[in-house]
Amino acid sequence: MSKPVETTNATGHILVDHLSVRFGRNASLVEAVSDVSMDVKPGEFVSIIGPSGCGKSTLLNVVAGFIQPSEGRVTMDGKPTDKPSADRGVVFQQYSLFPWLSVRKNVEFGLKQKGMPQNQREQAARTLLGLAGLLAFENHFPDQLSGGMKQRVGIVRALATSPQVLLMDEPFGALDAQTRIVMQQILTNMWQRFRISVLFITHDIDECIFLSDRVYVMTARPGLMKAEIPITLPRPRTPDMALSPEYLRIKQELRALITEESLKAMGGELKDSGLEGFAIEVGPQGVVELI
Amino acid sequence: MHPATRLNLDADRAGGVTEGPALALAPKPRMGAQAVSPLARPSMGPARRIAVWLWGALPHVLTATLSIGLFVAFWYFATKYKLDFYIRFTNIPSPGEVLDNASRLVNNEKFYNNMYVSLRRILLGFGIATVSGVVLGLLIGQYRWMKALLFPVFETLRPIPAIAWVPMAIMLWPTNETSIVFITFLGSFFPILLNTIHGVNNVDTVLLRAARCLGVSEYGLLRQVVLPAALPHIFTGLAVGMGVAWVSLIAAEMISGQYGIGYFTWEAYSLIEYADIAIGMIVIGVLGLLCSGAIRLLGNMLMPWMANSANGERK
Repeated sequence: MSKPVETTNATGHILVDHLSVRFGRNASLVEAVSDVSMDVKPGEFVSIIGPSGCGKSTLLNVVAGFIQPSEGRVTMDGKPTDKPSADRGVVFQQYSLFPWLSVRKNVEFGLKQKGMPQNQREQAARTLLGLAGLLAFENHFPDQLSGGMKQRVGIVRALATSPQVLLMDEPFGALDAQTRIVMQQILTNMWQRFRISVLFITHDIDECIFLSDRVYVMTARPGLMKAEIPITLPRPRTPDMALSPEYLRIKQELRALITEESLKAMGGELKDSGLEGFAIEVGPQGVVELI
Repeated sequence: MHPATRLNLDADRAGGVTEGPALALAPKPRMGAQAVSPLARPSMGPARRIAVWLWGALPHVLTATLSIGLFVAFWYFATKYKLDFYIRFTNIPSPGEVLDNASRLVNNEKFYNNMYVSLRRILLGFGIATVSGVVLGLLIGQYRWMKALLFPVFETLRPIPAIAWVPMAIMLWPTNETSIVFITFLGSFFPILLNTIHGVNNVDTVLLRAARCLGVSEYGLLRQVVLPAALPHIFTGLAVGMGVAWVSLIAAEMISGQYGIGYFTWEAYSLIEYADIAIGMIVIGVLGLLCSGAIRLLGNMLMPWMANSANGERK
């Protein structure tokens, strides 16, 4: 493995074992995830990257307990993830804050369900909001925040219940490039501080290199696990590392894998619309821009 | 390493790690929709602020006065000259007569009792409709088996106007009073029920999922997520329901009532006290307006996030 696993932190081990997920019936049957096996070790940051529609979100939804597997098993610390639970925090692609609750009440939500007394959970929420630089906004409603702030509150809310893993489904997809980079740094800080396992879904190559210990590359139609690439860059990672030979080597490797997949995924569509020649003209660089 | 999240973090270390990016990212707090006119500065005294507000509202007040003034003027002249062109103003009381009767009724205890009785019926019927409509709406919207069990009955009964229930209600209930409250309840129940169901069905799935993976119980989900998420739709239902409640109440009072403002209005017709008919109508209008206003006020109080959404963009 790329990263030695600390034996003391033995919780938060996700195991996906020959998982298949199918939607629909008969003619309209779609296999979103096909015989995928993977794992996230305790305290590890693992990303799944792949073209849109490759089933990476479906995989995360099974781990979260929103979707049941058609075949195979998904477990966390040996227990099947058959329904959502507070030990698996989820950060969604869309903003998922409760609009009727203030920022602090949003963060308190999970603690309230645990039966924590009002003053204790208020204090806990304020500590966490302080960590994310959001204490000044604790009494704002989500609609009064910017996109990046909403997503930070979403992360803080998911962390508040002390989950063993954090599941993140393209959480920064809707943010602009600058905000995204800052968010990645904040996430890295939070992850190092809390030392929990993270399963991160993205389609951004730089994002997954910057954040992860390990990256899985998924293919589209059917959604298979194509490759597993360890990210050996040292931590803490800085934006300067994007110029290091190691970074570029990994990026090149990932790009080649993903470009191939994207071409394959788009090839059918291009052929269907009579644009076969166009597919050939689009080089690896060109398609990467589209991802 | 420590297992999972620790909340009792050292504050100093906490600040040190995220300070840079956090500060860099923190935008200026955007205060809510304080639609302060450019003339109104925070430094101004309250008197001047009111003056500025009045000045801004002046055109609206003028056109509103003109609009109502024209209507009253038409009423005045139509009754004065006993206008008769298919519509007959021969027996219609003039604004002056109405005003005379009104000043007499101001000191009439029976008249206030009629208003009180009507309001009590509205509060009872509408209140019961609100509680039952919202509770049943939440259950029908959230649980498929509840919908399968209850919805067909409601769909069958819904097209029957509340007033059509009057004879049946008189037989069903022991007293006239309860049957009128029942009619009022029926009128407002269906709009509240349907809007609640609609609201529940419209709750964003991502909110339900987010709540579920924060460890919410089934009851907690209904109470803490589905209810507040459906609240805007529920209040639409309440506003419509309040309107229909008044329609049903007045009709029921006119048909089978003793006391009540609808009864008063009908009685005025029977007793050839034509000016009192207009007074009854005006009072019904004002009471209905006050009730709708109360609903809106309650809605604003219960849904502060709606008023606060950025730049007053209401959903």
